[in-house]
Amino acid sequence: MRMISRLASLVSFCLASSVILAQIPYERILNAEQEPHNWLTYNGSYMSQRYSQLDQITRDNVGDLELKWVLQNQVFGAWQSNPIVVDGIMYVTERPNSVMAVDAITGRVFWKYVHTPDERSRVCCGANNRGVAVLDDKVYMGTLDARLVALDRINGELLWNAEVGDVGLAYSVTMAPLAVKDKIIVGVGGGEFGIRGYVAAFDAESGEEVWRTYTIPGPGEFGHDTWQDDDWMYGGAPVWITGSFDPEQNLTFWGVGNPGPDWNAGQRPGDNLYSDSVIALDADTGELKWYFQFTPNDGYDYDSVQVPLLADINWNGTPTKAMMWANRNGYFYVLDRTTGECLVGEPYVRVNWSSGLDENCRPIPTPQPDGMPTYPGNQGGTNWYPPSYSPRTGLFYFSAWEDYATIYYSEEQEYEPGRAFLGGGFSVLAPTQGAPTIGIGRTNPVNNWTNEVGHASLKAMDPNTGEEVWEFEQYDVSDSGMLTTASDLLITGGREGYFHVLDARTGELLYHKNLGGQIVMAPVTYMVDGVQYVSIISGNSLFNFALKD
Amino acid sequence: MSHIFQHRRARHYALVLLLGLFPVSQLIAQELGDHQYTSEAIQAGLRIYSRECALCHGPQGDLVSGINLRRGQFRTAQSDEDLRSVITEGRAQGQMPAFNLREAELSGVIAYIRAGFDPDGVAVRIGNAERGEALFNGRGECSQCHRVNGVGPRTAPDLSSIGVKRTPASLQLNLLDPAAAILPINRPVRIVTRNEETITGRRLNEDTYTVQVIDSQERLRSLIKEELVTYEISELPSKSPTNLNADEVADVVAYLLTLDGQGAAQ
Repeated sequence: MRMISRLASLVSFCLASSVILAQIPYERILNAEQEPHNWLTYNGSYMSQRYSQLDQITRDNVGDLELKWVLQNQVFGAWQSNPIVVDGIMYVTERPNSVMAVDAITGRVFWKYVHTPDERSRVCCGANNRGVAVLDDKVYMGTLDARLVALDRINGELLWNAEVGDVGLAYSVTMAPLAVKDKIIVGVGGGEFGIRGYVAAFDAESGEEVWRTYTIPGPGEFGHDTWQDDDWMYGGAPVWITGSFDPEQNLTFWGVGNPGPDWNAGQRPGDNLYSDSVIALDADTGELKWYFQFTPNDGYDYDSVQVPLLADINWNGTPTKAMMWANRNGYFYVLDRTTGECLVGEPYVRVNWSSGLDENCRPIPTPQPDGMPTYPGNQGGTNWYPPSYSPRTGLFYFSAWEDYATIYYSEEQEYEPGRAFLGGGFSVLAPTQGAPTIGIGRTNPVNNWTNEVGHASLKAMDPNTGEEVWEFEQYDVSDSGMLTTASDLLITGGREGYFHVLDARTGELLYHKNLGGQIVMAPVTYMVDGVQYVSIISGNSLFNFALKD
Repeated sequence: MSHIFQHRRARHYALVLLLGLFPVSQLIAQELGDHQYTSEAIQAGLRIYSRECALCHGPQGDLVSGINLRRGQFRTAQSDEDLRSVITEGRAQGQMPAFNLREAELSGVIAYIRAGFDPDGVAVRIGNAERGEALFNGRGECSQCHRVNGVGPRTAPDLSSIGVKRTPASLQLNLLDPAAAILPINRPVRIVTRNEETITGRRLNEDTYTVQVIDSQERLRSLIKEELVTYEISELPSKSPTNLNADEVADVVAYLLTLDGQGAAQ
């Protein structure tokens, strides 16, 4: 009798597993809005709006949120990862390069895959990884030693491990890959080490590189003459944040990082294309269709490594395929994503490196004299923190840093393979000499630098005018991304470790909870068994909230 | 905050003016004796240091054992002339190689070391620590508010390890111009709560929703901002510039530099 029941359960297990094995074909990702219970890409969908149609949690019941489970990280350091949730299973990375499959209801781990990066790996700003991509029966992760690995989504076994770049020359991958059709697309980091950046696509099944498009044009290519001599060979222009995809145009969009050496613009005369630009690449071939450069000949490390947020809007009465972009350089832009034409460009924080934008949104440079502060400072008016757009409110939301400035100095530097290629340095402007200032990330629970050296402002922008509609200020700065929902909630965090829920229309604070550690990722939401969850990583813990039972 | 930026700006314009009148190299060569350098020399020294020295000594000057360049701890050198010979001749069987620097570069890097690695700093005269301790506890009136090695009130910052936290220039500025030197977190606060309690003290920490202070009775208080009737942060410190003369200030700075957090036994 017992044997029979075991056999029966084995049969039902096999049946059940065929359900679990449901594939995630490209079509499901393409139509991600039809399954809002899942979070299928780094930014929730190809449009990267980080807007969820879930509406179980509302402004009226948000006070009933309670903690459902916590996943503790085993590795210290900024946890920038963005979970992906597929049919009740969460995939989240842990630094430096591990992937975990987690039960999204209980937080218990099914499996963990550990990739140990080559010891030659070099990254500027921490052993960060921002998450995975899923496609069909696989999960994909880029690594610090510039590999792309494909894992079996069900059991976590390694299927292939492809070279994306030369780890010996300080190439790396920290972004979550983007799965489009039958390809996995990634960009490379290393803008502080004299790389020559690119975006590359790999066959999702075999791991073979299918196309590669450099972010710095080679000899004979358009734009090559924006560099002199050999500068283009070591000119940086990395791509370290996940791009977006417009299926109608078959175009992928990527934010490109700073030129190198970072702080000596005079050492590399010219516009330095396509550094600090957005590039539109054909999804099948990688061919460049258009570009828009935000900061020509940048000497401030103003990476344009922000998420290209796509939205179809009625822009000042005209139906427009728009791209919205709060740039690290302190300006907020709205572009026509079919042409790259700039529709709006307005400063959203104090800007003094430029006195404004011309009619094509090219900045008018006003470099500050030696020793004088430049606004915004080195980390920018914003940075890579993913923004959100709510089609219901028509507003664009992001984390800005205000009253934050940097004093730069530059010096000639010769490129040496694999070594830092910075061309100078900087200090953060503080009211008192030697006072503590903002660094990359928070490692101390005491804010002894105060808001006088910079603080966060969550801004809601109107894409029609490029102007701020409302702001929510925080005392410390914030590296947290945004999440909006169909119940008009705006969910975010900050370095102080607070989980904030605001009214997305008015900015009114509805709920806040001290989670205790810096929040340097963007929250996501999903639904399992009829319960809407919100996931947010604070410090070394991934917290999951839902309404009380 | 804006007046502070204006202060910095004014100083910068003065520098531009000077550079306009004199060739830079001449300014750098204008050494004013041991521990007395121009800010131009210090600035120039930062670049030389970053290029030539930082690889081994580290950005904070503390990577070679037994040496802390920023804090002025050397194995043998004492005077600037000693430093000059260490740099130009090398030491320790070539572990410290000999550097072939131009005169202005050499002066600059020594100035940068003497300024405690503060490119905006000034090189500071350091007097007699014993006399400085007596002044600290006596006529200087420092110990009326500051605590050292377990003795004194806690209302002002405890100075038991101030010698490792601050550069000589910063300590000197704190005595001469406390308004320019006070760290933002140490600005005095005045708070009135809903039940009409007035709290004065200084902040230990602050965030969007709360503030943590030590009050004038040395109590640790954590307050929720939206429950406060008044929350004022003074731009000025509670102390005024010292009445001590230049020699006495040098002595107090020398004493403060001995406070290394290792306790009274030191």
